[in-house]
Amino acid sequence: MLQFKIAATHIRSRLRQTIVSTLGVALGVGFSIAMAALMEGSQRDFVDTLINAIPHVEIQDEKRVATVQPASRVYDATAIHGLRPLEDLRGIRNPTEALVSLREWVPGNMAQSLSGQAVLRYSGQDLGVTIVGVVPDRQLQVSQIAEDMRQGRFLDLASTANGLVIGDTAANRLGAALGDMITLTSAAGLSKRFKVVGLFHTGVTASDEGLAYAPLKATQILLEKPNIINRITIRLATIDDANDVAARAERQLGYKAVSWIEANEGLMEAFTIRNIIMYTVVGAILLVAGFGIFNIISTIVHEKARDIAILKSLGFRETDMQMIFAIEGLVIGLFGAVAGSALGYALSRYMATIEFEYSVGAEVTQMPIFISPIHYLIAAALALLSSGIAGYLPARRAAQLNPVDIIRGAT
Amino acid sequence: MLGSSPDAPLLETRNLTRILPGVVPVTLVEDVNLQIGRSEFVAITGPSGSGKSSLLYLLGLLDRPTRGEVLINGHPTHARSRVELADLRLEQIGFVFQFHFLLPEFTALENVMVPMQKLARLSKRDQKQRATDLLANFGLGDLLNRRPAQLSGGQRQRVAVARALANAPPLILADEPTGSLDSHATEQVFQTLKDIVSTKDTTIISVTHDMDIATRMHRRIHLVDGRIDYDRSQTDPVPA
Repeated sequence: MLQFKIAATHIRSRLRQTIVSTLGVALGVGFSIAMAALMEGSQRDFVDTLINAIPHVEIQDEKRVATVQPASRVYDATAIHGLRPLEDLRGIRNPTEALVSLREWVPGNMAQSLSGQAVLRYSGQDLGVTIVGVVPDRQLQVSQIAEDMRQGRFLDLASTANGLVIGDTAANRLGAALGDMITLTSAAGLSKRFKVVGLFHTGVTASDEGLAYAPLKATQILLEKPNIINRITIRLATIDDANDVAARAERQLGYKAVSWIEANEGLMEAFTIRNIIMYTVVGAILLVAGFGIFNIISTIVHEKARDIAILKSLGFRETDMQMIFAIEGLVIGLFGAVAGSALGYALSRYMATIEFEYSVGAEVTQMPIFISPIHYLIAAALALLSSGIAGYLPARRAAQLNPVDIIRGAT
Repeated sequence: MLGSSPDAPLLETRNLTRILPGVVPVTLVEDVNLQIGRSEFVAITGPSGSGKSSLLYLLGLLDRPTRGEVLINGHPTHARSRVELADLRLEQIGFVFQFHFLLPEFTALENVMVPMQKLARLSKRDQKQRATDLLANFGLGDLLNRRPAQLSGGQRQRVAVARALANAPPLILADEPTGSLDSHATEQVFQTLKDIVSTKDTTIISVTHDMDIATRMHRRIHLVDGRIDYDRSQTDPVPA
């Protein structure tokens, strides 16, 4: 097409500036893609870590709305004051029945537990912890605790009636080691001796210092809550089902069921805001690249004013002139997007090889990179949009040039 | 685009007036009435600032009149859109300017092919053949692949004339086509224009300061202050 040919000659006539403009777009696209890969990679890495550390759905022995008091059920009053509310018994009632009914439809594994506050006492040292009573083999199906074990085995809880698994930080603080007997005292003052059968390290200080696992039965005795559980933890095959499963479980059992998404709502919002900021920065980078294109095409329009005049005198329409210069902008944008995509890919791959340590002695980690075609499409689309606008504005001016003015100016 | 009416003149103006707006409006062309037929060779002369080029741009539909109108083949043009005027220029009118205004990155052959490619009436092969023939007719057959910078002033101007003829328009408008040429090149270009009139049934209207050239054309329209001072046929129109 003639317009393409003319556009190509214009680009060739300003080859150096065109290359610089193309490089501007390419750098913008490349760094945008690399940044997006890093951002999404870190987000996914964080979410994966989070998902591994927490249950996908947790059914708690709480209700979202306070239980209606007997007086309110009996009297049709607007408000009742001064009555002592009936105390609700804590714990999930009929746990076996609840678990059986959930197993019929929940797509994943589940484990029951009883948790409460207790104090670890050893060699005169006290340490407050949350004691979690678990059925070990079931617990392993819903958590990554087996991978976090540093000494002993989590399943030893099953073979040791009063076994205890604690975090390595807690063990260090108490000076306790594997095989030591530790006294656990409940909030009600009941004490019981447990044998340390395992030490874990999750990397989360609050857990490593303040969490202890014991067999469910032993915990029920310690906390004086026989046959009671207060948590049902669910690990799903597909984490995206969490909200639906939580809602259905809550409807079915009447207890509060919290999905990991709900539990980390604030964090998810923070990620959304971070992504908005990222794409705003990407847009700004490409806008700056667009200025470069605008500059080069404006220069070409200025330099080629005579050509514009003669082409119009030959019978070229204004749309033909617009097309010529818009093509120039889009060609720069297209080459920039292609080169930028290659650069972005290379940068992403390179960043994925960079190794570093969070702290001395920590395991070596690589930068979390997630390569997605969506990043390339968004960056390329923004680059083409930016270059299209940058080309269109001078193109419109070129189309509106009066050939008589140019010819008079030239003669 | 425009049907040819046998009785209508090729080009006609009625009270053609062009006034440049401004704090002090400037009248470039005023009440020009003309009728120009086919195969005429017309000179527009006059002192500097008399409105010669302005009249030519109005006749070539590059500029719009303030009053009056231009008719081509008897068809008014004043109500036509910019797109329609562009299409009219493409098919009906060829331009030659004082400076050649060839596209510098294109060869002589490519420059001549540009209007044909835009009109797209001929196949690519026929376009190339016609451009080659036109250039060969003007003695440029061995310079087809030269770029404007590699041609002399006279050669460039003849390429520009060939480009004006590319779509075989019935009307060529030339604005001092020999104004920047030496005497030898001037004579070459004049002979080229003269041959076109005599052989291609084409009308040429040329603005010129060169009285020697003007007196050798069929008809001379003399302008003073934007008005026609006189418009007369010449006894010995095109001497050999």
